[in-house]
Formats: sequence, structure tokens, C-alpha cells
Amino acid sequence: MSAATVFGLCGAALAGLGLYGLIVNPQPLRKIVAFNLLGSGVFIIFGIVARRGAAAGFGADPVPQALVITGMVVAFSATALAVALLLRLFQTAGSVTLDADSPANMGTDSVDA
Amino acid sequence: MTIASALEMALAAVVLGMAMWTIVARETFAAAVGFVVYGLLLALVWVRLDAVDVALTEAAIGGGLSGVLLLGAAARLRASETRAAAERPGGIMRLGAAALSATVAAAFGASVLLLPDAAPTLAPAAAANAVATGLGNPVTNVLMAFRATDTLLEKVVLLLALVGVWSLAPDRLWGGYPGARHQADPLGTLAFLARLLPPVGIVVGIYVVWAGANYPGGAFPGGTILAAMWLLVIMAGLTDTPTISSRRLRLVLIAGPGVFLVVGLGGLCVGTAFLAYPVAYAKPLIIAIEIAMTLTIAATLGLLVAGAPERSAGR
Repeated sequence: MSAATVFGLCGAALAGLGLYGLIVNPQPLRKIVAFNLLGSGVFIIFGIVARRGAAAGFGADPVPQALVITGMVVAFSATALAVALLLRLFQTAGSVTLDADSPANMGTDSVDA
Repeated sequence: MTIASALEMALAAVVLGMAMWTIVARETFAAAVGFVVYGLLLALVWVRLDAVDVALTEAAIGGGLSGVLLLGAAARLRASETRAAAERPGGIMRLGAAALSATVAAAFGASVLLLPDAAPTLAPAAAANAVATGLGNPVTNVLMAFRATDTLLEKVVLLLALVGVWSLAPDRLWGGYPGARHQADPLGTLAFLARLLPPVGIVVGIYVVWAGANYPGGAFPGGTILAAMWLLVIMAGLTDTPTISSRRLRLVLIAGPGVFLVVGLGGLCVGTAFLAYPVAYAKPLIIAIEIAMTLTIAATLGLLVAGAPERSAGR
């Protein structure tokens, strides 16, 4: 099997693992980590498309590589924003549960720290 | 099976193992540590895929900054851990999630195996037009010239994310200092490293930006290294984050997209299209944009990790 196939299947498995973690892990921070796993799996699949497009003396097609670099930056921005939201939620509500029936999420809308 | 392909399979297996660890680890802090290791291993995968520029970005972002961000958040949220863990979904839900994820992974896997044999590629087009910019690194060419609009918008996304993070500050702390004031033993290892590493790190960061014109590197990995050095000094308590109302800071934050936009609009006035560089000045213009962008990237990334303002400016 070529490197592209091995890592392509690895990327597919990573995307699946990330999706599983996103659904199953109850802590929001774990969901953020899992979402990043899912994203990196998709990036790797982009990477093997680039590798297979090797031509004109380049080891990999530069266009998908540039798209992945842009994607990583955007994914990091989104992660930072999500983490900041989570820390603010913890600050105001004292817990980070996403469960709608939890007492922390009922009637504590307007507590400003 | 050659040794190289055996090593690739082993690497893929270790990456998958690490990914599994971040999902099943009992403590979020342990999962965050796993994610750092995962990011560094993934950088090796990118090297094997002949994408060294991506590998540098992955190591800097996935292994470095995301790690600092997640570890910091996990430490702060530790008190909420037991309560949140009790909400783990039941067996049927988990089974359903596993089935769904397996289906998605299988679909991805099948599409990987069914990719057309004559792979479509833009590499010849990128090679043919490289003369126009005078840069030797094809990825920098794509990022800064052929698809420069993407890069410009990506910088705007970074700024928007920072505005989003800042806007989470309570009203009375608006304009204050982001993050907690860090204190470390002034004679400890952290303070020692925060004095020892930055001179080296700053030189490496600038070199990575400069070399990025012709070799793997560029504004993004270089700016990330600079941001890491800045964060190291902040975390050792040797300096504080700037207040978010500081005019100098805001000028640095808009320098990158600002220079980019001015050059782009100049292309519209003088040249043929938005972001069209005149061929004679393409390389100096691109390098000017990269230098401005590096400063902006370093400042924005550092502040994204530092988080929302937590201390008022009045102190």
C-alpha cells in the first residue's frame, strides 16, 4: 500500500473517532478536542489528495497544501473562541454542563461575574 | 513490504492510538496532553506526505498553541469535571454513535480507495506561473499570490475570533488585561527558560518567515514561534499582557490585513485586478505583506491563547 492510501485510511478513521467523541463525551472541552480530531482527519485526506497530485517536480500539489494551512488557522481561531465561551460560561454559571435539565442551566441567566 | 511502508503503517497506528486516548481518557487534562502528542505525530505524517509547510504549521498550531490553550482550559475547568462526567450518555446512545461514526469513517475510507488513478493536479500550473512572483516555495506562491484572497480573509477570521473572545469580557473589565496575571518562582525553571529561549526563538521565528519565500516556512509558522516566545515570557510572569484598549496593540493587530488590503486595492488601481501584483515588484510586495502579517499573527495568536480580559485597566 502506498503512503497516500495508508494515511488516507488513517484520516478516515480519525474523522470517525472524532465524530464519536463529539457525540459521546459529555464535557464540552472534550467535544472541542474531538472536533479538532475530526477536522485533522479531513485535513489528512486533503493531504493525500495533494500527495497524489505530485507533478512538475513538486512532491505534492501546492494548492491543497495551501488550503489546509488556511484551514488549520481557521480551525484554531474557532477553537480559541469556543474555549473562551466555555470559560465564560463556567465563570458565570459555575458549571459547564450542556444538559438542559440541569439546575445550573435554569434561572441563572443574568449573573454577571 | 518495504521498511518505509512498514514505518508508515506503524506511524498511522500510533496516531490512531493517540487519537483514541484523547477520546477515552478519564481526565480532560490527560486528554489535552494526548492531543499535544497527537499534533506532533501528525506533523510527522505531513512530512511523509511531502507537505513540509503543512507539517510546520501542524506542529506549531496542533502541538503548540492548541496544546497551551486546551491545557490551560482543562486546568481551570477541573472543578466541573466530576459533575459533567456523570452525564455520560447511556449504552444505546453510545452504540448508535459508534455505528454512525463507523459509517462515516467507512464512507471516507471508501472514497480514499476509489480516488481516480490519474489524480487531478494544479502543480504544473503552479510551476508554470512561479516566474511571475520570483518566489521558490510553491506553497507560499499559492498562499500569497495565486489564492491571496483566501489568505487575506483568513487573517480577517483571526481578527474576528479575537473580537469574539474580547467581547466575552464583562462590561466593567472592557479595556483591561487579558487572562490571569501569571506568577512563577523568579529563580525557577520556567523563569530561567523564559530568559534563555526567547532570543533564540525570535531569531528562529524571523528566519522561518524569511526562508519561507524559497523553502518551507512562511509567515504563519514563523509568527506562531514568535507568539510562543511571547506567551512563555508572559507565563513566567516576566511581563504582562497589554491592555486591549492599547492603541499600539490595535495598530499591530490591523497591520497585516491593512497592508494586504492596501496592496490589493493598489493592484485594482494600477494593475488589472484586486491583489494583482505588478510583476517587477511582486517579490518585495509579497515580502512586505508577509512581514506585516507575521507581526499581526504573532500578536493575534498570543492574545487568542491569553483569552478574554479578566483584570480591569484601572489597577
